[in-house]
Amino acid sequence: MSAPKSLSRKLTRSAREEAVRGVLFICALISVATTVGILVVLAREAAAFFEHVPVADFLFGTRWAPLLEPRSFGVLPLVCGTFLVVAGSSLIAIPIGVLSGMYLSEFASDRVRGIVKPVLEILAGIPTVVYGYFALTFVTPQLARVFPDIHIFNAASASIVVGIMVLPMVASLCDDALRAVPESLRHAAYAVGATPFEVSMRVVFPAALSGVLASFVLAMSRAIGETMAVTLAAGVTPKLTANPLESIQTMTAYIVQVSLGDTPAGTVEYQTIFAVGALLFAITLSLNLLAHRILRRFREAYE
Amino acid sequence: MRAGRHLRLRRRLSRAFRLVCAATTWLGCGLLAVLLFHLVRDGFGRMNWEFLTSYPSRFAAKAGVKSALWGSVWLMGLTAAFSIPVGVAAAIYLEEYARRGRLSTLIHINIANLAGVPSIVFGILGLAVFVRFLAFDRSLLSGSLTMSLVILPVIIIAAREALRAVPDSIRQAAYALGATRWQTVRHHVLPAAAPGILTGVILAMSRALGETAPLIMIGALTYVAFVPEHPLDPFSTLPIQVFNWASRPQQAFHEAAAAGILVLLAVLLLMNSAAVLLRHRTQRYRRW
Repeated sequence: MSAPKSLSRKLTRSAREEAVRGVLFICALISVATTVGILVVLAREAAAFFEHVPVADFLFGTRWAPLLEPRSFGVLPLVCGTFLVVAGSSLIAIPIGVLSGMYLSEFASDRVRGIVKPVLEILAGIPTVVYGYFALTFVTPQLARVFPDIHIFNAASASIVVGIMVLPMVASLCDDALRAVPESLRHAAYAVGATPFEVSMRVVFPAALSGVLASFVLAMSRAIGETMAVTLAAGVTPKLTANPLESIQTMTAYIVQVSLGDTPAGTVEYQTIFAVGALLFAITLSLNLLAHRILRRFREAYE
Repeated sequence: MRAGRHLRLRRRLSRAFRLVCAATTWLGCGLLAVLLFHLVRDGFGRMNWEFLTSYPSRFAAKAGVKSALWGSVWLMGLTAAFSIPVGVAAAIYLEEYARRGRLSTLIHINIANLAGVPSIVFGILGLAVFVRFLAFDRSLLSGSLTMSLVILPVIIIAAREALRAVPDSIRQAAYALGATRWQTVRHHVLPAAAPGILTGVILAMSRALGETAPLIMIGALTYVAFVPEHPLDPFSTLPIQVFNWASRPQQAFHEAAAAGILVLLAVLLLMNSAAVLLRHRTQRYRRW
């Protein structure tokens, strides 16, 4: 009597196991579905856009004026604006980030680490719109004292705050990379009479180079995708310029500008956000993959 | 003689380098102080009960964050309801169930890449799928589903790490007593990993609270003069309200923006301290 009963319990038990497994699997697949969704949406709408505008005109055109007559869909001014901000922010985030990472991993006491690490975490957790406000109301007025002819919206102040924004990421990734270098290397260098400077620059730094370089690439990718600070601070005038004191527009800021307006769906103007979005996605994805490759390719294996 | 001078020079160089490193580090921390000081100076005057309980207004002096605050509360609640179960379940599948094969590698790489996709791209996806295709319109539902996709990779990565930190001996002990895989996970692995997962979840939620771009993409409104009552209602959130005020030229609106930021940062600080405390406690009381 009891045998079939326990058997059926066993069966429901395994049926439940299978059901749970299925549900968990579906949840795991949602992330894949998200990627597929992004690709499909960008590809479909961008394809519709490229029916009206030749790909070459989009990629190599030097005038971006999709909302004004005569319309023109050359994306280079937006790309230029984006990379101006990337260059400026890297100038700030990379040196400060590397030196901070170096300090945290090689010199700082545990007590100092206990203060600096949380501060960096707070800096990293501040919403980007806050940095935008900071750029507009603090950085630009300060810059205007030095450069009186600076535009209210300018690439420089956006670059500065984006640099501050990605700084914690560079610092903590560098810190991780440097700390991953085994102590034995440092001991060996000290044993032959190297000073702390020589140990960090000639032994630890080269050994951690892959992690450090990857942190630069990831920082650039973050800066490219950054949206709110550049929307608030950099302006809405797409322009091919290398002058950081001028007003520019980045790819992300353009996408925001269109979605804030009331451009009707289905028009070419509306489709531009998908074309620009696809380009943005392609650039950040390649940079992220590049960072991944650097990490794998140049990793120094220990033990 | 020459060797001695050379050595002194090397030592001096080393000390100088250390000093430069320390100075730049503290410069970074100093920036946080400048930022906070600037915000408090601009916004503190506007921080009062009225600011929290008034709707936005054309007149800067009367403008408040009531609808934005409630919009953020709604958005956080719905986002948590969607993203936490799915994220934790995905992590459980990947850590406890999946065989190490091509599919699991693919999912793993995919999640790592998603974590690096700019949030505005998620906004474009949300606009096309939730707002237009599923016709949820510019509602809280669209916003929270989009936001869930933004933070899902963060939750999955954090939850996987927490699950991985649970020692195998706990699993083997459960299996030895005849527990099934799900029983093992449900009663032993998950409780052991819970504090770590919770820490990751809080950090992901604080990211969602400050995230602005995807919501602007799906068309969250900047002027909402009512408290949302239904997931299909239009909404605004704190960062969107801040963005709106900050993008106006008048100084008075900038003060409102600064006060809004102070409210936002206060909530974020609370969430982050909870996460840090939790992490600290688990590290101290961990039994393995």
